[in-house]
Amino acid sequence: MDVTFAYPGGAPVLDELNLQLHQGERMGLMGPNGSGKTTLLHIIMGLLKPSSGNIEIFGKTVRQEKDFRSVRQRIGLLFQDADDQLFTPTVLEDVAFGPLNLGKSQDEARTVARKTLASLGLTGFEHRMTYKLSGGEKKLVALATVLAMEPEVLLLDEPTAGLDETTEKRIIDILKGLDLAYILISHNIDLLMEATHRIGYMIRGKVSVDEERIPHTHIHIHEHGRYAHKHGLKWPDKKY
Amino acid sequence: MIVKEFAAGDSLIQRLDPRVKIVVATLFSVVVAVSTQWVVLVLALALGFCIVQVAGVPMKELIRRLVPVNGLITFLWFFLPFTFEGESLFSIGPLVATREGVYYVARISIKSNAIMVVLITLIASTSIFTLGHAMYELGIPKKITHLFFFTYRYIHVMHHEYLRLVNAMKIRGFRPRTNMHTYKALAYLVGMLFVKSYERAERVYNAMLCRGFRGRLYSLSQFSMKTIDIIFLILMLAVILGLVVLEWTRIA
Repeated sequence: MDVTFAYPGGAPVLDELNLQLHQGERMGLMGPNGSGKTTLLHIIMGLLKPSSGNIEIFGKTVRQEKDFRSVRQRIGLLFQDADDQLFTPTVLEDVAFGPLNLGKSQDEARTVARKTLASLGLTGFEHRMTYKLSGGEKKLVALATVLAMEPEVLLLDEPTAGLDETTEKRIIDILKGLDLAYILISHNIDLLMEATHRIGYMIRGKVSVDEERIPHTHIHIHEHGRYAHKHGLKWPDKKY
Repeated sequence: MIVKEFAAGDSLIQRLDPRVKIVVATLFSVVVAVSTQWVVLVLALALGFCIVQVAGVPMKELIRRLVPVNGLITFLWFFLPFTFEGESLFSIGPLVATREGVYYVARISIKSNAIMVVLITLIASTSIFTLGHAMYELGIPKKITHLFFFTYRYIHVMHHEYLRLVNAMKIRGFRPRTNMHTYKALAYLVGMLFVKSYERAERVYNAMLCRGFRGRLYSLSQFSMKTIDIIFLILMLAVILGLVVLEWTRIA
């Protein structure tokens, strides 16, 4: 894609931004607050219209609401705030909402919803009230609602912001286990390095990707003298 | 502000087709609201308590919900008897209570309690999502159904946002007083809630679009009229019709 976008009365947020995502590729996206990361994802989904430029998705140029409707079946967007995404009272109904919209029967939708919940370790959540879930649970259920549509690409807008380390790790493990391409927005560089193939940095309406590989060595100290220690096993739970 | 349901129970009333419940509750409320005959009103209240018995609503829950309505009615008891023209009943100083006034308030009391009892048992025993779909199936406009449904879902979120804003004001030492500063701050609070609701609505709608929403909410549950639903419907329609006849012919 190659787009320019400005909010009414403002300077361009995206300035002739050029970005490509290949099949099966996992890309990280960093950048200061207000640099247009979320805007970019919303443009890909057709929620915002670029003022100029072209968007090509799955080999086709998309322009109108009609074009984006089919795009939305194949690309899933996980919103920053799970409360925006979960709108029905119970978890099962929310997860089944997407499949039902895609024309699945009630039984099929229910099966897909249960299967998706189970794959995320959320069995038993079916009849919980969405507004009574904890922050982490909401995020996982929101992810389930997106995955239930069986998308080919995921757009993840800070999926681990505000979550504790355990939940964060759980979400990253789920993402790494999926057979999907995705764009992952985060401020956590360690997380991006673990979960993505390449990292783009977004600034002044453009994305720059540093793909140079720089081999380097670190000096380290054995702080207990001659007592040997094993490298890399000191905090087995903290990989990042 | 938190809405609780007894939707989890499994009594005869709770298993009824939600469409039947809505039709019965609506007809009942309208008939009772326009009736004036004592016998009709008392029968309606008795009928309400019969339904409560069948539904097995815990008395404590029922009373807890009736308290706010009756709080308002108590207020009426203080004023209305003294504002009606008619035969004097008793007087406190210059204030004269009339028989007509007392009758009027008594009618209001019976009517509102009868209607509330039926609404609580029939409507509050159904989950909101199901009610929404039943409304849709009954041909109630889509917009009203959606409005009803989203109001319920997001009232909690709005309430949380309201509390957050109030707390943000409190920790900076805000104490409501009778002055311009207070009015201004409260106006900002309300304004902020409107803006936030509007933006929230936009984000929710976008999230729905992303999941293929095209203006229709689909239900996971299929409604089916069973024999018991039809029996209940006919029985209730007959009783309501009976009330109408009683009111109309003024037998009593």
